[in-house]
Amino acid sequence: MIDELEKAVYIAIKDLREYYMKPGSISWGILFPFVFALAFMFRHGGLTTWLAPGMISLALFFGATSMSGMSIVFERRIGSFERLLLFPISYTGVALGKTLSSFFLGLVSAIPVFLLAYLFIHVAPAHALLFLLAILLVSFSSSSFGVLLSFIIREPEQVMVVMNLVRFPMMFLSDVIIPVSLMPRYLSWIALTQPLTFMTETIRYAYMGSCDIVAPLVAYTVSFIMGLLFLLLAAYAIKRSRA
Amino acid sequence: MLSNAIKRCDVKTSDRCAVRVEKLRKVYPNGTIAVKGISFCVKRGEIFGFLGPNGAGKTTTVRMLVGLTTITSGRAEICGYDITRYGKRVKKHIGVVPDISNLYSELTCYQNLLFSAKMYGIKGETARRNVEEILRFFGLEKYRNTRFKALSKGLRRRLTIAAALVHNPRIVFLDEPTSGLDVVSRRLLWNKLVKLNSKGITIFLTTHNIYEAFSLSHRVAVINKGKIVAIGTPEELSRKFSVREVLEVGFYPRNPAPQELLDSLRGVLDAKMNSGRLELIIDDEIEALESLASYAKRRGLRISLLRLREADAEEVFLRIIGEEK
Ligand SMILES: Nc1ncnc2c1ncn2[C@@H]1O[C@H](COP(=O)(O)OP(=O)(O)O)[C@@H](O)[C@H]1O
Ligand SMILES: [Mg+2]
Repeated sequence: MIDELEKAVYIAIKDLREYYMKPGSISWGILFPFVFALAFMFRHGGLTTWLAPGMISLALFFGATSMSGMSIVFERRIGSFERLLLFPISYTGVALGKTLSSFFLGLVSAIPVFLLAYLFIHVAPAHALLFLLAILLVSFSSSSFGVLLSFIIREPEQVMVVMNLVRFPMMFLSDVIIPVSLMPRYLSWIALTQPLTFMTETIRYAYMGSCDIVAPLVAYTVSFIMGLLFLLLAAYAIKRSRA
Repeated sequence: MLSNAIKRCDVKTSDRCAVRVEKLRKVYPNGTIAVKGISFCVKRGEIFGFLGPNGAGKTTTVRMLVGLTTITSGRAEICGYDITRYGKRVKKHIGVVPDISNLYSELTCYQNLLFSAKMYGIKGETARRNVEEILRFFGLEKYRNTRFKALSKGLRRRLTIAAALVHNPRIVFLDEPTSGLDVVSRRLLWNKLVKLNSKGITIFLTTHNIYEAFSLSHRVAVINKGKIVAIGTPEELSRKFSVREVLEVGFYPRNPAPQELLDSLRGVLDAKMNSGRLELIIDDEIEALESLASYAKRRGLRISLLRLREADAEEVFLRIIGEEK
């Protein structure tokens, strides 16, 4: 167990060395969420306390999934992904390693957005420790989601296209930008099926002291369980990839 | 403990086979039957050549043996341990060189090797020492801080092989390690492989090059179209299949059909046209020449060309796999 964790960390470090400077990770993982947050800020005359948690959540989500997309699709294409399967480590261990590197890039992406919010709203998170926990949780769930998603993408050129095809609807259908409570009824039902809704709610609660639509405990529990589920499914996808 | 038993594979286990394969089959999801029920045993401490033309099923076999692809049916054991059941334990003690050089391009040689060592569970000082040793063994010290992507093709291959050895495996699988290399790099790798083997490491080597297979291996299995068509020491295989000599002949005023010659001559194994020339593959030159002379006389033909030469290795290979040039 410890042994698997250790190896997962080695994989993550290796990934970060290899991919953090790739254009895909930088543009869609780090720049996009920041620019997006900036744009909203100017449109609304400043980041509202409502928007800030959503933007932070979005940054974590885009940062994490961009990294997994890059590191997995690219490696699978050139054949170096398979190296990981030669080592004495379980499929879950490999999935965890890939999740960890994405997790880290998610955190990095969130920093500029967080600073932006802090500078312009002057509101510190309501529950600082919980806020930290929420950030870690959202980055983790986004990462394992990204790892899982990466297994359906074959061509490196298509990574960001396919990723965005999934990410953008997820973003608009969840409560990242628009409060679910203000959505028409049918849309609010859809929002409640979105992983991103629960993830964002965890951050929102920690930041504002209240959730939009789901109870805080539900938001945290669902986010964590989804993260684990995506991780296990990703491990299964890796196992299945050895046709 | 199981793990130790595998580690001792070269010393003392009930099974003398380092790798035992029984009725191994592989059908890919698209329906391609790549390996059609092959069986063989790689003895501990030997260099085992797995020789076959492109598409024969070599890579598929290796991938099954090292857990990179699923086994459709049959069994494969490493030191007596079923690889499907004990995959993780077995992986600790084998090294694998894939058919492509697939290390991480942004990492330096040193980082690549250290990563491999750590992934095999080797830590700290031991890991660094192993990496230094293997860098030296392959003469890669001066490329220590060069990124993988900046290496030449030959050096990439060398580093990929090095990465499969940092954990001192008992058995190494190499899939076409010298394919696409220049003569010098190839020779160097051959020397290294022999040296490794002399340290007691069992080597499973796939190649489509008969010279390579025959000059390096203690035993060779020849695979074609997913089936093993011959297995034995290079000497046994040469004796069995070698066509010692090829006789090029020409008749005046015209050449008879190859089949007619084959039917009428003695000491001749085969007759065929090869780029406009008539070639006889003979196993007894005296008999062949005598019968050739009397044949020509009988038919009122004059022999206009007669040249005896050694069969080249490629011809032997084609003969083993039962195909014409
Ligand atoms: N992933 C795959 N899916 C379907 N067919 C495959 C796959 N890999 C190899 N094959 C086919 O299996 C056969 C054996 O291939 P391979 O094992 O690569 O041969 P070799 O390594 O001897 O050149 C070939 O006909 C090849 O086209
Ligand atoms: Mg091959």
